Amino acid sequence: MPDGPDEELELTSVLVPLFVITNGRGLPADHEYEHTALVTAREGASTAAARALSPEARKVMDLITDGFLSVAEVSGHTHLPLGIVRILLAQLEEDGLILVRKPIPRVERVERELLSAVLDGLRTKFGA
Amino acid sequence: MYLDPDVSNSVKILIVGHFGVGKTTLIGSISEIEPLQTEEEITEASEGFDDLSGTPNKTTTTVAMDFGRLTLSETLVLYLFGTPGQERFKEMWEGLSRGALGALVLVDPTRLHESFAVLDLVERFGLTYAIGVNHFEGTTEYPLDEVREALNLAAETPIVHCDVRDQTSSARSLITLVQHLMSILG
Repeated sequence: MPDGPDEELELTSVLVPLFVITNGRGLPADHEYEHTALVTAREGASTAAARALSPEARKVMDLITDGFLSVAEVSGHTHLPLGIVRILLAQLEEDGLILVRKPIPRVERVERELLSAVLDGLRTKFGA
Repeated sequence: MYLDPDVSNSVKILIVGHFGVGKTTLIGSISEIEPLQTEEEITEASEGFDDLSGTPNKTTTTVAMDFGRLTLSETLVLYLFGTPGQERFKEMWEGLSRGALGALVLVDPTRLHESFAVLDLVERFGLTYAIGVNHFEGTTEYPLDEVREALNLAAETPIVHCDVRDQTSSARSLITLVQHLMSILG
């Protein structure tokens, strides 16, 4: 693969090609930054180190400054495709700008506990 | 907009079904946030095959997917993902099914044949599921036994009527799924 930009590339749908937004980074591993992983900005991260961020990464940082949201919600609120959001989050975590809470791995031991918490929650909420 | 600060664990349930079956309506009826959309890119074979190379022409398509959120306790949040059931979206299913508790399969009793592709995907991805028979106002309720038989369901698969516009009814169908998930744990 040559290093230069692909001259054949057609930019039909997006103004900025996606590889520019992501600085050429590829997708993180499948199990990382899943739909339901929760992310938030580290305290103070939105100022100093974040100055050099791309507008899209900045947008993500601004969104998660004040609390946790799921990766899917970040995609929904920013209108950025999920794949792009995952790449940006990988970069932000590497730069030490965000905290990530991964979904707890599904182990049989905790499964029953988890399901009964879901059941209790649904019943309490909806009286059903 | 933000989650409660103590929420440390997230789970997901997939709401699956063919186009127009009521996935988004169900999610909207019980989500605590206005349902959001994520866009995902999938690659698929475009029409026709390149006879010379023998490889399909791949094109990239964007699929929009609705989802909602439900905080269930101080520490636990549930996400509901409306997942289209066509075979061509199976790439998306890989990410979505990973770690999912299970799936609620919505079916329209007047278009049961459209649900076979959905059931096939759910089984292929090893998801435990319950069936919600969406009951539209002004239609007669189909006997559940007949729907079960038409869909060729296993005896232990739960099947319930639901009205996806109704919050309690939607919640009940989710509860049916979760009870089933617990029962198969033994």
